[in-house]
Amino acid sequence: MRFFANAQFRFIQARRKAYAFSATLIAVGLLAIGVNFATLGSWVPYGVDFSGGALVQVHFIGVSVDAGDLRSALGGAQAPPITRFGEEDEFVIRAPLEEGVSLDDIAAGIEAQLTAAFGGESFEIVRTELVGAKVGGELQRKAILAVLFSFVITLIYLAIRFELRFGLAAVIATIHDILITLGFMALMRLDFDLPSVAAILTVVGYSLNDTIVVFDRIRENLHKKGARKRDPVELINESINETLPRTILTSGTTLVVLVALLLFGGPVIRDFTMVLILGVGIGTYSSVFVASPALLEIQRRWGLGELREKKAKPEPASV
Amino acid sequence: MLNTVRGRLTVIVLLMAVAGWQLYTDGLKLGLDLQGGMHLVLEVDDPDGTLTDDAKADVIDRVDRIIRTRIDELGVEEPLIQKVGNDRLIVELAGISDEARAKGIIQSAAYLEFKLVLPSADMQAALARMDRAIVASLGVDSIRAMGRAVEGAAETGGAIEQLLFGGDSTSAAPDTTVGDTLADAPDAEAAETMFRPLSSLFNFGDVEGTFLVAVEDIPAAQHFLALPEVQRALPRNQVLQWGAEVEGRGARNYKRLYVLEEKPFLTGEYLESAVAARDPQFNQPQVQFELSRAGGRLFQRFSGQHVGDFLAIVLDGEVMSAPVIRDRIGARGQIEMGAGTPMEEAADLALVLRAGSLPAKLNIIEERTVGPSLGRDSIDQGRIAGVLGVIFVVVVMLVYYRVAGVLAVAALVFYTVMLMGALAGLGATLTVPGIAGIILSIGMAVDANVLIFERIREELAAGRATRTAVDEGFSNAMSAIVDSNLTTLLTALILFQFGTGPVRGFAVTLSLGIIASFVSAIFVTRTLFLIYLQGKKTTDPISI
Repeated sequence: MRFFANAQFRFIQARRKAYAFSATLIAVGLLAIGVNFATLGSWVPYGVDFSGGALVQVHFIGVSVDAGDLRSALGGAQAPPITRFGEEDEFVIRAPLEEGVSLDDIAAGIEAQLTAAFGGESFEIVRTELVGAKVGGELQRKAILAVLFSFVITLIYLAIRFELRFGLAAVIATIHDILITLGFMALMRLDFDLPSVAAILTVVGYSLNDTIVVFDRIRENLHKKGARKRDPVELINESINETLPRTILTSGTTLVVLVALLLFGGPVIRDFTMVLILGVGIGTYSSVFVASPALLEIQRRWGLGELREKKAKPEPASV
Repeated sequence: MLNTVRGRLTVIVLLMAVAGWQLYTDGLKLGLDLQGGMHLVLEVDDPDGTLTDDAKADVIDRVDRIIRTRIDELGVEEPLIQKVGNDRLIVELAGISDEARAKGIIQSAAYLEFKLVLPSADMQAALARMDRAIVASLGVDSIRAMGRAVEGAAETGGAIEQLLFGGDSTSAAPDTTVGDTLADAPDAEAAETMFRPLSSLFNFGDVEGTFLVAVEDIPAAQHFLALPEVQRALPRNQVLQWGAEVEGRGARNYKRLYVLEEKPFLTGEYLESAVAARDPQFNQPQVQFELSRAGGRLFQRFSGQHVGDFLAIVLDGEVMSAPVIRDRIGARGQIEMGAGTPMEEAADLALVLRAGSLPAKLNIIEERTVGPSLGRDSIDQGRIAGVLGVIFVVVVMLVYYRVAGVLAVAALVFYTVMLMGALAGLGATLTVPGIAGIILSIGMAVDANVLIFERIREELAAGRATRTAVDEGFSNAMSAIVDSNLTTLLTALILFQFGTGPVRGFAVTLSLGIIASFVSAIFVTRTLFLIYLQGKKTTDPISI
């Protein structure tokens, strides 16, 4: 059995459609980010990791409580944001930091209000996360540093192992993936916390991995006899098609495993898995439709590297 | 050794044995999010920023030692206590059930002092000075605005006081008129002499050297006493400190405010041991302590000089009890915990006293607590998802690649054992993000096999002989595998360096997973292929 053996799709010729598709996704994401800025004051709702504050997850036992009951128990209009978590009777309460109130007292205050409203026996606090303002700021700085460093190191590595234009094209594709992933998080209003940073970096890692496999084949085909005289569009297309069976199989299995994780992995890693599913999809798409065309465009604009174009052959407008 | 199939197999079996042994002896530690527990980040309190870095480092060293002793005695298994920077301490307690108690034990300063109770006469004289200082500093309006607590309590307080103490108190009588007088004549000077915000809250105690303050007046009294002007008005070498116990008098509850000598004559430094016990007379919990020889001598000399006086035992700024000194006291004593205190609290106090007092206040700047039930749910759900995912991958590999798929699955078994063994051997803990890292690296392990097999198929399709196709397949797929693994490894290492908590857990499993997956694809799958090809002619077909 072999999927897409000897496929001859003309991926590069379809790049303008792909650009339009990518631009649409990015625009939708940026729009969502803008809307969040206007309504929430930040591009995504920050989790306690970065904003500081208290997160209290409460599980009700033997009583049926809805978000409205909980909201009125916690001060009605002044109540902190409440979201349902997984099961019917489980909720997450996020209380912001208050000047002059210790972290512990914020959480204790919530517990006291719950006890007053529902009685001490009817609920259980299953998780608390308290993060001070100073720590929140530090975590934010470290996360930004981590992302920037991984970027720079990857670029350097690719520039050494391949050539600069491969590195540039890979970085363009990675920025494309990050933009779309961030836009998706903004659109879904996923809480942005430390696991989100891990998710984004996983997406980056996966997307790079995929891009490298395709680039590796382009590099190999370039070193073959007579490669210099070939049309680069054709050469890139051939490389993508040759790696297509692997791309489909790997991405397909990864996606199925992630979907299993989403469906059965429980609510703790739900957001994380959702970001990964989108990221794997986008990462696969971008290595074919963004990274490879970017390589061609870079070479055409700036003539970097040896990939020379044959002018004679006019290029069809689309697939 | 790596040139022969036999040699390669020996290496594989040895590696598996080492990893299996690590896994068997050390076991895989589960993170707090999986088994429940508490993660605390504590910081040395330095509100004025006066401590130098060296001083902080010294403080955190001592704090580290004391907290370790306390937690050891608490009996938590395998706690993680780690200094971070020069003023922070991370404490991780897995599987504990009572977080509030653990936090109390960690944060308790456990600063024990012995102070002499002084007669209240001097303090009484100073009270008028303190009242004036309060009025001068806050102004009449803001004192009145502070609320009904001050005025209202004084009114009723006065009445009850008359009932209780026979009306001989000097503080009660004028209170009821204060409000009216002020309302009619907002003359500041008149108000200053009439208005007695602090002393009106004080009821003269039944015991020399103490005042009783109604529980509802305590916040106001504390607010007044904290004013620097009031502190300056205190008589030299005297302090006012609150008692720990709430005492009922009639329908109302009171706390005692003790007049104490400012300097303790003895501190917990001289404590040799402390145990929780029950007071034989009243069956109340108490902590019995024994002083060191030097402490015992000091205590003896002091108590000999003060027979008939009261001795206050002060813990973390609160007077626990103030027994009368009947006779010269030796090296032993006890701290009464008061009626209705659970025995556990006495045991905790004895524990923190034994471990020693903290040299500085510790603030909790980060706390993450996961209940055991949530952790169990995560494990169960993670297991179901993991098993389903693995089954799916195995089926795909077997259906798609047949015999080669079997080899790949065998290599994945090797990968799993190696990864688990490495995690166990390094003492890493498995967390939810860690599981995500494993899943990602399984994906990469599968991907490496897919890259190799696709390459072999291509070579076979190009008409190469079986053995050549396999060799070429491995060597051609190598560059892609190396590059993709290395970039991911670099990202993981950066995450490890800059990440904290959950992100780090992810980085650890991902890095180890990539290394294991690389070895498994390049070395183990290759070896299995060599075995598969043994005895086959170069032209024989293979199942891939």
